[in-house]
Amino acid sequence: MRGGSLWQLGQSITRRLAQSDKKPLSPRRHFASGADLKKTALYDFHVAHGGKMVPFAGWSMPIQYKDSIIDSTVNCRVNGSLFDVAHMCGLSLKGKDCVPFLETLVVADVAGLAPGTGSLTVFTNEKGGAIDDSVITKVTDEHIYLVVNAGCRDKDLAHIEEHMKAFKSKGGDVSWHIHDERSLLALQGPLAAPVLQHLTKEDLSKLYFGQFQILDINGSTCFLTRTGYTGEDGFEISVPSEHAVDLAKAILEKSEGKVRLTGLGARDSLRLEAGLCLYGNDMEQHITPVEAGLTWAIGKRRRAEGGFLGADVILKQLQDGPTIRRVGFFSSGPPARSHSEVHDENGNKIGEITSGGFSPNLKKNIAMGYVKSGQHKNGTKVKILVRGKPYEGNITKMPFVATKYYKPT
Amino acid sequence: MALRMWASSTANALKLSSSASKSHLLPAFSISRCFSSVLEGLKYATSHEWVKHDGSVATIGITDHAQDHLGEVVFVELPEEKSAVSKEKNFGAVESVKATSEILSPISGEVIEVNTKLTDSPGLINSSPYEDGWMIKVKPSNPAELETLMGPKEYTKFCEEEDAAH
Repeated sequence: MRGGSLWQLGQSITRRLAQSDKKPLSPRRHFASGADLKKTALYDFHVAHGGKMVPFAGWSMPIQYKDSIIDSTVNCRVNGSLFDVAHMCGLSLKGKDCVPFLETLVVADVAGLAPGTGSLTVFTNEKGGAIDDSVITKVTDEHIYLVVNAGCRDKDLAHIEEHMKAFKSKGGDVSWHIHDERSLLALQGPLAAPVLQHLTKEDLSKLYFGQFQILDINGSTCFLTRTGYTGEDGFEISVPSEHAVDLAKAILEKSEGKVRLTGLGARDSLRLEAGLCLYGNDMEQHITPVEAGLTWAIGKRRRAEGGFLGADVILKQLQDGPTIRRVGFFSSGPPARSHSEVHDENGNKIGEITSGGFSPNLKKNIAMGYVKSGQHKNGTKVKILVRGKPYEGNITKMPFVATKYYKPT
Repeated sequence: MALRMWASSTANALKLSSSASKSHLLPAFSISRCFSSVLEGLKYATSHEWVKHDGSVATIGITDHAQDHLGEVVFVELPEEKSAVSKEKNFGAVESVKATSEILSPISGEVIEVNTKLTDSPGLINSSPYEDGWMIKVKPSNPAELETLMGPKEYTKFCEEEDAAH
């Protein structure tokens, strides 16, 4: 398996089975058995609702429920979806120096964030490449809340811990708490806000995209961020794990069945439609945020001052331009998938696809990948190789489906 | 079709084939314990293709069990008419939202017809894997190959064993 690609879930299954592997009783490669996989607080709830459970980043997670991935993806944008993302890792950094500490590790202007505001950022390594992407929120000047990818949990925590030790040994005041006592749920779509409003007294119309609040939802103290991974308006809700099932039930009931439990299969289709990176596919250790099209996430002050790992590489790319860029593609024929080669019209290789699939909302193939700078303009005609055959495609801007983030007018 | 069944034993909530609702159009069928439909009168390959042999024409497709594990099909790649297919060799591919799978021919022969409806409606493979979702019609070059394939009862048992192994 390479990266954390959703396409490889249970599907390392194989595109090319050896002929000899077709006998029913022949020895097989297999994943960690059910007993080795971690379970979220909603595991039994998923199974009771018809969830098809698969291994993902060491967890047993629902890839879909009774409805098809296509129907589920469309329903999110028409009504809404509730995702269990408790496999992701939430943590808090605290202390007088938590802001300057985090700034040594990420590209965001953390100091410049207003309290109760957050942003997508990237943890960088010494070469300016991405260790992980993360949504960070400044709760107060002495408390930062952040969420990192499940597949990068061990790597990220080790990285943060190592740098925290060094920072503290120089007298810095920072400590952390990993929120394993909480579960993260994502509620996305047009019905997200109206449904959630039934469960809290706080006026959600005053909570805009990127903002954060600690408040009572359905009787328990939750961390609420108006953010998500679908391009729709919505929220990520960190709830004490012992209340997670009750909250999920309450959300589904208040929506009268319109908001559906939605699995990782649809989640991947939605984020692809929204043009969002999947770490492990579209972003990796050797790809910088500039190459990934995330220059907007590098704070202005940070671009002048640096002060994060790999700043020299990144600042140079900001000056000279990166040599490769992430772009979107439409294509005909079979959906372009990760690692498919991208050629120009004359058959010269100019790049590679990093994620792709069929878009249920647009009903066409969409993909994202990297091409050589200079070849990256929208409209550029390309050929994408799928199973050795070239298919027509063109570069297009992202998001593929317009986003609906809740912003002040 | 070279598709590995990844469903864990708890996730084996395979639904009854939707084609079962059109049972008045189908030949008699037996419902396997794993709840995908398996039809009488067809032969089956361990790679989850079916063959219907009618005199000098053999029709080939993928089984209900296969389409259920694959998920909704979004694209099908099929060979040209007059091309040759060989037993256990790849003749095309099926793309679903979550996976790509090769399709292997259960028998050898010459392709005499291709189901062009699948270009615009690849979902027929999900809704009607044994009828409207047929893929190719072949003139068999070696009818003895049909004897090496499984019958419905054997195939049903094969599916159960394969799913249980996960």
